[in-house]
Amino acid sequence: MRDLQPSLNQTQRVRLQSALRQLHSLPSSSSSSPLSSVAVADPIQVNHDDNILKGHGTLDCDGEVVATLCGVVERVNKLVYVRALRARYKPEVGDIIVGRVIEIAPKRWRLEINFSQVAVLMLSSMNLPDGIQRRRTAVDELNMRSIFEENDVICAEVRGFQHDGSLHLQARSQKYGKLERGQLLTVPAYLVKRRKQHFHHLEQYGVDLIIGCNGFIWVGEHVEAGENVGMLVEDQKKTSTAEEESWSFTPLETRKHICRIANAVRLLSALGFTLTVEAIVDTAEASLASNIEINDMLGAEFFVQTAEREVQRRASMVRKKG
Amino acid sequence: MGNTRVIVAVYGPREVQNKSQQNNNQALVRCEYSMANFSTGDRTRRQKGDRRSTEISLVIRQTMEASILTHLMPRSQIDIFVQVLQADGGTRSACINAATLALADAGIPMRDIVTSCTAGYLCSTPLLDLNYVEDSAGGPDVTVGILSKMDKVTLLQMDAKLPMDIFENVMQLAIEGCKAIANYIREVLLENTKQLESRRGG
Repeated sequence: MRDLQPSLNQTQRVRLQSALRQLHSLPSSSSSSPLSSVAVADPIQVNHDDNILKGHGTLDCDGEVVATLCGVVERVNKLVYVRALRARYKPEVGDIIVGRVIEIAPKRWRLEINFSQVAVLMLSSMNLPDGIQRRRTAVDELNMRSIFEENDVICAEVRGFQHDGSLHLQARSQKYGKLERGQLLTVPAYLVKRRKQHFHHLEQYGVDLIIGCNGFIWVGEHVEAGENVGMLVEDQKKTSTAEEESWSFTPLETRKHICRIANAVRLLSALGFTLTVEAIVDTAEASLASNIEINDMLGAEFFVQTAEREVQRRASMVRKKG
Repeated sequence: MGNTRVIVAVYGPREVQNKSQQNNNQALVRCEYSMANFSTGDRTRRQKGDRRSTEISLVIRQTMEASILTHLMPRSQIDIFVQVLQADGGTRSACINAATLALADAGIPMRDIVTSCTAGYLCSTPLLDLNYVEDSAGGPDVTVGILSKMDKVTLLQMDAKLPMDIFENVMQLAIEGCKAIANYIREVLLENTKQLESRRGG
């Protein structure tokens, strides 16, 4: 999200520039040093004797390997490819993603994830509300709207690609499904790295944080895994209205925490730093420690302070390694 | 480029809006060119579909399509929206250069950097990158678009007449201008990539 450009005064601008310069000069941890950045149509250094496999982002032009994307050259054994930075999300089987329903089609939902096509969630890849494993009938198909409607936010897992290239999702576990009572944030997909855990329950705030691999991040009130299923079973008219009221009320403190975490995510994505739970929680705690108002978190001062803190953190990591 | 300012927005690759135009092997490239009301000397309200806009949209689309590797993104659509904010001659070239930058930044695979430049011939001298005053003097105006590394011409337009030998000079001049722009674009892209990568960190 590059739209967050706080207006910095002169000193803040200078501080930000120096922080970014220090970041640039720090030796990078992995093999992807800035020296291996390429722009479009740059030749890539290869040893022509080996049979190099030319992967994504490369093109064979008169025997020369040429980059077709702006990004960083990665080499894995014999494979050479270019990893683009601000490109669309590239799905892999088993990724956890968050998406928004844009259309209901026969026996499936179409979701917008940050990909070149819409992803499809079949009715058969979804647990039915009553939890029984059975064949989906025509009645189920007609009642699809009661499960998910247009503009609902859903968490699912990538099941695979079909032969025609479309992406299929599945939401068979209790932790997938409709996400309610929270915020959806979009960040560039390259800031999210694949980790073992994408579902995080921040206990000290009572907030659920789901970091989708496609760059869609969900920050919401914590829900127990089995709760959503139970709610859908009962006919809403039968439960008393008073109970419904108390159930549907999110406490103010939780809402404030949700906003604080969401602003931390927006700030980190505007600065271009990788989004990890630790970074997000650190930023939120730093803002709490410095008593910054939630809406001031996106202001100029905290912006520069976060950049400086990140520089210190990375410098200390480099020192620990070296 | 000089006093000409344009802004380009690239969307995609994303789902095709109009299913009838969907191509199963390639991405669909769409382009829309428009001039802001305040871009020229007198404030005129331009029609969305007027002939000049449609022609330039078509030209930009064909130029970019020659470079984008569309077969890598089947069943999707890439939209290029171009708007001219300040027009001082050479708007077509500025649009193509800006579109190249936007596409490269969006991570859309391209064969090569496409750049474009105009050249003219006034008072027996070939001139590079005419502005509005020089353009309206009535001399010929040659617009050239090339794939810089591969040295291939993707766009060649001219209005008015030119004898063949002078045309070759003028075209050569325009190609040199294109190459200079391509170097500059390449440096900017590389610098930006390094910045993003260093910020993202390990």
